[in-house]
Order: sequence, then C-alpha cells, then structure tokens
Amino acid sequence: MTPFAYSRAATPSEATGLGRDGASFIAGGTNLLDLMKLEIITPDRLVDISRLDLAAISETPEGGLRIGAMVRNSDLAADRKVCDSYPVLAEALLAGASAQLRNKATTGGNLLQRTRCYYFYDTAMPCNKRAPGSGCQAIGGATRLHAIFGASVHCIATHPSDMAVALRALDAEVEVEAPEGAIRRLPLSQFYVLPGDTPHIETVLAPGDLITAVILPPPQGGRQTYRKVRDRASYAFALVSVAGVVALKEGRIAHASLAFGGVAPQPWRNETVESMLHDRQPSAGLFAQAADALLADARPQKDNAFKISLLRRTLIAVLNELTDADQ
Amino acid sequence: MTSHIKMDERVERDRLAEMVQAVIGKPLDRPEGALKVSGAAPYAMDRLPANACHGVLVRATVSNGTLRDMDVDAVQALPGIRAIIADDRLLRNPAQGMAGEAPIQGPKDIAYFGQPIALVVAETFEQARHGAQALKLRFEADGTAIVAPDDPKADIETPEDEQDSTGDLDAAMQTARHTVDAHYTTPGHVSAAMEPHASIAEWNGDRLTLYGSYQMLRFNRAELADALGIEEKQVRILAPYVGGGFGSKLGIGPEAVAAALAAKALGVPVAVAMSRQQVFESVMRRSETDQHIRLAADEQGRLIGIGHEALVSNLPGEEFSEPVTQATPFLYQGDHRVIGHRIARVHRTCAGSVRAPGEAVGLTALEIALDELAAASGIDPVKLRLINIPQKDPSQDIPFSSHMLAEALEEGAKRFDWDRRRSEPGAVRDGEWLIGMGMASAARVNMLIESKARVTLNANGTGTVETDMTDIGTGTYTVLSQIAGEMLGLPMDSVETLLGDTAYPPASGSGGSFGAASNGTAVLLACEEIRQQLCERLDCDMQGLTLKDGHAIVGNRRIALPEILDGSRLVGEGHVEPGKAEETVRQATYGSYFAEVAVNAITGETRLRRMLGVFAAGRILNPKTARSQCLGGMTFGIGMALTEELIHDPRDGHIVNRDFAEYHLPVNADVPQIDVVLLDERDAWANPLQAKGIGELGICGAAASIVNAIYNATGIRIRDLPATLDKIIDGLQSRTD
Ligand SMILES: Cc1cc2nc3c(=O)[nH]c(=O)nc-3n(C[C@H](O)[C@H](O)[C@H](O)COP(=O)(O)OP(=O)(O)OC[C@H]3O[C@@H](n4cnc5c(N)ncnc54)[C@H](O)[C@@H]3O)c2cc1C
Ligand code: SF4
Repeated sequence: MTPFAYSRAATPSEATGLGRDGASFIAGGTNLLDLMKLEIITPDRLVDISRLDLAAISETPEGGLRIGAMVRNSDLAADRKVCDSYPVLAEALLAGASAQLRNKATTGGNLLQRTRCYYFYDTAMPCNKRAPGSGCQAIGGATRLHAIFGASVHCIATHPSDMAVALRALDAEVEVEAPEGAIRRLPLSQFYVLPGDTPHIETVLAPGDLITAVILPPPQGGRQTYRKVRDRASYAFALVSVAGVVALKEGRIAHASLAFGGVAPQPWRNETVESMLHDRQPSAGLFAQAADALLADARPQKDNAFKISLLRRTLIAVLNELTDADQ
Repeated sequence: MTSHIKMDERVERDRLAEMVQAVIGKPLDRPEGALKVSGAAPYAMDRLPANACHGVLVRATVSNGTLRDMDVDAVQALPGIRAIIADDRLLRNPAQGMAGEAPIQGPKDIAYFGQPIALVVAETFEQARHGAQALKLRFEADGTAIVAPDDPKADIETPEDEQDSTGDLDAAMQTARHTVDAHYTTPGHVSAAMEPHASIAEWNGDRLTLYGSYQMLRFNRAELADALGIEEKQVRILAPYVGGGFGSKLGIGPEAVAAALAAKALGVPVAVAMSRQQVFESVMRRSETDQHIRLAADEQGRLIGIGHEALVSNLPGEEFSEPVTQATPFLYQGDHRVIGHRIARVHRTCAGSVRAPGEAVGLTALEIALDELAAASGIDPVKLRLINIPQKDPSQDIPFSSHMLAEALEEGAKRFDWDRRRSEPGAVRDGEWLIGMGMASAARVNMLIESKARVTLNANGTGTVETDMTDIGTGTYTVLSQIAGEMLGLPMDSVETLLGDTAYPPASGSGGSFGAASNGTAVLLACEEIRQQLCERLDCDMQGLTLKDGHAIVGNRRIALPEILDGSRLVGEGHVEPGKAEETVRQATYGSYFAEVAVNAITGETRLRRMLGVFAAGRILNPKTARSQCLGGMTFGIGMALTEELIHDPRDGHIVNRDFAEYHLPVNADVPQIDVVLLDERDAWANPLQAKGIGELGICGAAASIVNAIYNATGIRIRDLPATLDKIIDGLQSRTD
C-alpha cells in the first residue's frame, strides 16, 4: 500500500470533484483494499463514498426500480420488490461471495470489481490490464478461469461479477454523475468495453464519474433464474453462469433474454441466440441450435475448453427449466 | 526425580484403568476454549512489544538463478525504513520436520519462485510492506529451470533403500483372474493453517527470545540456533497458542530467522508476519504425486500381488520426499509385492509434510484402485477389503500390535446402510442429481517420539504440567490435564497445563499424530513419580494408594493433599523413548469411510451428501477432541477429493492460486453431516496409555470414499484428483444432450 490522502464525501458532487486525478472512490472496499495492499492500484487519494445518501431502493415512475449505488448486496438480495419481480437478480447476488462480503459490498462497487485473473493479482507478472504494454502472462499460463468470448491477444480475463450478469439479462441501466454535475444513463450493454488493445480500460467511465444508481426497467414477466456453476458449493467465482428471463405465450417463447458470466471480459449476451428463440416453440432441437449459435464464437484457451460444453449444457438446462410446462 | 520408560515391549498394566478420578476418556471441553473464542488467547503477533519494528520478506521472482543486485538505496530512502537484511543466514526454505538443524541457507542462489531473499524492516508494517514491494531486484536467471516433475528433462532420483520387491508381481499380473493396472495423480496441497506464519524476535544481550507459531519447539530451537550460528541455550521459543499447523510449522521458517537477524542488527524487537500469499509460496507444499498401482487377485478377489510405485518431487538438496507408499506394505495381503519411490528435482516451492504425509494421498490412490478391483471382480467393496486383511504384517512378517480394520469396516457398513447401495453405477437418480455411495479403508502408521514432561503437585493440592509440547488446536492442553488429573486424583479445574515454551522439558512436539501419546506418556510417568513420593510420605505401597478429588485414600484414611504436602510441593519428571516395540510389532491405526455423493447430471458438479468415519486408535483420551480431529481430517479429505489443488505456472513453476479465494478449501456448504464413530481399543504395545495417534487418521483414504462414490453415481472413474467438474462432464450422459 502506498500512502494516500483520505476524504469523505458528503454529496455526490463533492465526490466527483474529489474523484479526479489519481483518486479512487471507496465504497465497501472489499475489492479495492485488497488491490491496494498488493499495490495493484495505488491511488493518491481515497474518496469515501460509503456514507452518500445513495442507499435507497425506490420505484421509478415507469414502474421499474431505482437501486442506489450504495445499496449493499445483501440488502438488495433481500428486498421484497427484487425478490418478487426480479428474482434473477436476488439469486445472482446470493450466489456471489460470502454473507460477510455481501454485507459490505455495494451495487456500484460490484459492477466495477476487477478480474480474478491470477496474473493480474501478482505484480511480478506482466499484465496489460495492470501495467499497460507489459504483456499478458496469462496467455500460455494457467487459464482455467479465463474467457472464451470477447478476449483479445492482449487480455483474456473475465469479469467476475454475478450481479452484473443478472442486470445484463434484465436490461438494466447505470446512472452516472460526472464531475461537473451532468447526469447520464447508460444501458449496461454500453457500460463495459472489450479489452481490445487497451485492457486496462474496462468501462466508459471517465475519471471522477460516480455511479449513483442502477435502474431496472419495469418487470417483464415470465420466469427468471440464475444458474451458477462453480468449483465448490459456495464462495467461488463462476466457471460459467447463466441468467435467464423467458416469457411464454401460448406455448411459444414471447421473450427471452440470456446473459452469461464467467466466460467473457463483461457480462455476455448474444442477441442472435435470443432472436433464434423468439416466437418459437420450446424443443430440445431448438435449444441445441441456440447453444450451437452461442458457442460458435467460443475461443478457448489451453485449460478452459471445458467451459464450452459446460456452458452449452447449462444454457440448455436453464432453457428447459424456464420453459418446462410442468413447473 | 525422573521416571523413564523405553518402549521395548508390551506394557501389560493399564494404569489409567486403575485410577478412579474418571476424567480420562471423557468428552471434556478445552480449558483454553473460552480464551480462544473470545480472542484473549495470545497468538504470536499478539505479543507485539510497543517498540517493535516490522519486517516484510522480499521474494525471488525467478525460479532458478542468482540474485545479482538489489536497489537498496532507493528503498532505504523511503519513509520509516530501518534496514534491509540480506544476510547469508536467511533460510532458502523452512526446515523439514524434526530436522534439528538449519535447512539450506543463503538468499543469493535462487531455487524457486517465491524464495525469500531479503527482509525490509520499517517502523510500521505498512512501510515495510511497501518497501518490500518497491525493492528492485536483478536476477541472473538460469535458463534450464525444470519446474514440473513430468518434464522429460527432470532429474529423477531412485533411492535404493526405498525400493522393495518380493515374489514376482509381473508374473502374478499375468496369471491373476482380476487385475488393476493404473496411474493415479494427486496435485500439490497446502496445509492452509488459519494463522499465517509469524515471529517476533527480541534479543537480550546474546540471548534470543522468539514468539512464534511452531509445532515442535525443541527441534525449532536447535534449528534456529544452528541457522544463526549460536548455542541452543541462547534461544528460547514461546508458542503457547498456535493457530493450526498441519505440518507447515514443523520446522523453523524463513520469517523466524529473518526476524532474529533483523532484531540483532537493529537492537529492537522485530516482528515478521507472512501474508497468505507468502505462506503459499515459501512454506511447504505437499508434493504432487503420480502413483502407479497394480493389483492382482484370484477368482474370489483375494489379493496375490500389490504394486505401488510413486513419483514425487522436491527442490534440489531437500531430503524429505512424500512417503506415499507408507501403508501399502502392511494393509492388505499378497505374496508378490513391489514398492517404488522416485523423486523428481524441480524448482517449485519446497515440498514437506502436509496433513498426514504419505497415507493421505498414498492410501487414497490405493483405495481407489481397490474400488476398481471390486468393480472388476463384482465383489462388494467392503467384502473385498475384509477378505484381504492379513493376519500379520505381510512385508515384514511381524504381528500387528492391535488391529481393528475389520470391525471398523463392519461397523461402518452397518451404520451407513451400505447394503442399500446399488452396485451397478448410475442406478440412482434424484432429479438432476446422480446418487452414489462409496467407501474406503483408513490406515496410518503409529509413532512414538522421545518426550519429557514435568508435573508439580503444588502445596495447595493443585497440579501443574510443564512441557515444551504445543497445542496446535488439537486439544493438547485438554488431554494432558486429563491424564494428570486422572493420575493424581484431581478434578480438571485443579490442573494447569503450561505448554509452548522451550524453558520447559523438551517434548515430542506436535506432528505425525504422535503428540498426545508420546507427551501424554511423559506426563503419566511424571505423575507416577509423584505418586511414588506420596507413598513414601504416607508410608504405603503404590498398590495401596488411591487418589481422588484432591485426597489420598490409604486403607481407611482419607487425607486432603495439602495436609500431606504440608507446605511443600512434589515434582516428578517423565521421560519416554521409543524402543524395540517399533520393530517387534507393526503398529498402526485403522478405520473406514463411507460417503454418499450427488453428481449433477448436467454440470458434473459433485456435492457430498453425507459421510461417516469409523476409527480405532487405541484408548481415546477425550472423545470430543478426538472427534474434532477426525472431522477436520475428513473435511480435508473432501478438499482432496473435490476441490484442492495447487496450480503451478507451466513456465516458471510459481504457484498461481496463492490465496483462499482461488485455492479451494471446502467451505461450510461443501461439508454436510459427517458422523464419527470411535471404536473402543487398547494397544499395549504403543505406550503405557495404550493410546495411539488419531490426528491424521481421518484424512488417510478419506478422499477415496468420495471418488469411489462418484464412480457408483456415474460410472466415471476419476484417477486424477481433485474430481472437478471438467473431469466429469464429458462422461456424463444427460437428458440435456
Ligand atoms: C473472497 C471474495 C470472493 C468473492 N466472490 C464473489 C462472487 O462469487 N461473485 C461476485 O460477483 N463477486 C464476488 N466477490 C466480489 C465482491 O462482489 C466485490 O468485491 C464487491 O461487490 C465490491 O463492492 P465494494 O462496494 O466493496 O467495492 P469497492 O471495493 O469499494 O470498490 C470497487 C471498485 O469500484 C469503484 N467504485 C465503487 N463504488 C463506486 C461508485 N459508486 N462509482 C464509481 N466507482 C465506484 C471503486 O473505486 C473501486 O475501483 C468476491 C470478493 C472476495 C473478496
Ligand atoms: S488476462 Fe488480462 S488480466 Fe490476466 S494477465 Fe493477461 S492482461 Fe492481465
């Protein structure tokens, strides 16, 4: 850890003002402090945003939900409206980390948590994400955790969040306040950027930009599920995960949105797959086709080819579950 | 006065059974339990003196080469930095268990990635940590580093005295009705003690006091003195509380020597605590193993041949090598036998004792092979083991001291409802889950290590036990107090046990499951000495003396102990040494495991549903602490079977998953209902307590029961641990296909 100044922001505008030029916001600190101790990031200033008045969950005029950036993961997972109308989100949150971490972790922090790539966490290793231009030591190394979609020759890391995968399936938006006070809303689909040749840039946020809320559209109906596959029963990041929201109408799929975790540098979604399912009758053949379409783009590393069959099987199981007439 | 025994023969007389205090064998609570759960028990770093400086170790970032240069000046200029210690006496890696001398020293020659090469000392921990991070190093890498044991260029040793062959196994394999011939692999494991390694060193003139976290203080003292080039008597080590060891704290570690050197150089106490990542990289790993097992059996499943040949690894120059085949020579019958042991020299973190070296992984592979033989021959796995229990040690032709494997197998099968198991794989399904049952035998060699203890009967009638023995979370405080209480007729709250200080008589230390039996015997002998002195005072013979509830009863007299002592105190010392009994009989502990798993038919995830362990380890001194040991062992067995694996970078061999987020120990959700049954047994060959070691028994073979259950659930045979889903998924037939 390198020495840093500390300030506690009383208002979002104070936070954004302080948050520029080598500063970092600290919310729950569950990821940031680990990174600072290991000197993976070395902010000059910590701007404590944990006491900002952004911890409310409220209904939007459109009938959706506005989730303050400071809402704790455990509170969000226990919220009645979330449990009733967005169960995929509650399930995803509860599948993440541990109870202790969820009590600290915030909605904003969860979206911006960094990758779990082993090499990113070891400052002796070249890593383009940590030290741009130094190389990617994961390529050719231990790659069990790494991406099969969306990676580049400069970085093959995955985004580790469960929550973000559910939010992606729910078509959530992120509300951001910029340093001069401008507030903008970004669909989650435009929030993250792929690594390309700049893997250190993970989102469209500029220095000082503060996430103030996540906004969910009105509930779409249908069935929802989050299925996370991992190496132990709890307290492990996803090897693959699938967030599914599927509505049936007269025996046909009226709406399907599917997002995938553990497989890409950001919560992954594939519109082609969803449109293949649209207005079709659920069947084993259809689901196999959808899975084939999803995985046609997969580019595994040496140790993670298993993710292809795992994701395929998990997707089909989720589709079965969400369209099963008996349930 | 010292009462001494050398275990040359059976000790017929069961002294504890003659006592009447009735504390031995009872499931009593730990006297120090409340201190531990309330945070009041002082672990090493809790002893921090106000004026202490902090040291943080710096690691090598190449796996083989030479340290050429360090940019010392830049770091020295940082705030708070007091010194950069790069002394030639720094340890390359920790000492192996019971070495009693320093391991290889010198920070310049790099043998593995993560090797400590310097210590940055500063006023605060944060300053030191930053200094260590900032220190720029220049290495001259030796391009030829071999980092994997299966590298064809690896230098492989085949020590002659560790190969054994009787009969003609090759021929037996040709003629046998049923055979198994397969390779089994296990990855590296770490001990994963909760308390990371930490030492505080303080010099007073030429005398060193070290607060540390160690398992075997008398050896550690010798190792530390040797490393520093001073006399043993100049060193005192205190480790009254140890937050888990599991082998990782057997030998003195780099942090202790570094702290001592820095404290000497600076003239202030220096504390060095390792981070979790440093513990992974620079303490001990269990070697990965490649085990070739051959089994030859006749029509009825009786074994006629067993071959067990292991390849393990360690750093160049290290004597220890994982004793994989330790239980194979005596567990099952068979005239044709081969034992093989080879060591690949690799530039990976030092290999040492981790959680039952040898049987933990060796018996696991053997017991998977037995399951394969059961499947091949159509014989029930429990029965297959029962019919292959030898009458005596088949390799050495000596009798067993005591042997309850058959009882453990039968009792376990009965309690687990084993007869409800469907023998054909894949027959039971519960929704998405495939259900299976598996079992395995448990076995672990029993050892006795020289040990001393002092017991004082104080003038007020209370007892004090003193020994440099450690309690690494196992229950030593409890069982030693119980032994002394039983022998001296004192209730538990009248006995105080003081441990973890080299100022006390030297004990066996905690390791190899021998602590309670070895050091407990020393306590028993010390108490005998006191009983003798009481007899002299009371003018009676030993037979005529009964001690209970703080009173002596002789004939029709009942006298309170303080009255007899009359202001004085009685001191007795006990001393036990191993003797010929080690060679006359084969001493081991036995047990059985039964496991039920559910394997997800879609994802290949395995979840354990229930597990049972039945164990026989001589007299059980305290069923509560013994049960906890077995639960812990079986939990590690779950980890070995399903989740735990050190992952090494294929290029430089460094451990990539060096924290608890990515090195997957079983968490609560992975550990279902586990039942432990302790069988009643006495082993008069083991020691006067007639107790054997139980600490490690619960992991030896445990993983096999789970892996065998996966086979029963799915028909998929896992020979490469852990059984992660990627090894299962391709073999699954599922409705989603
Ligand atoms: C052992 C372990 C296991 C875990 N397992 C899982 C898991 O299985 N699944 C999972 O999804 N997650 C897991 N996590 C990650 C956990 O969810 C995140 O650490 C947590 O959500 C981060 O939230 P925080 O509030 O603590 O963020 P912080 O650590 O405070 O911040 C993280 C980042 O976000 C930035 N930031 C925070 N809030 C804002 C804001 N409002 N505006 C702009 N920037 C902001 C910070 O500057 C920082 O860069 C695990 C973490 C640990 C340590
Ligand atoms: S995969 Fe990305 S995060 Fe990992 S080492 Fe490569 S560049 Fe760094």
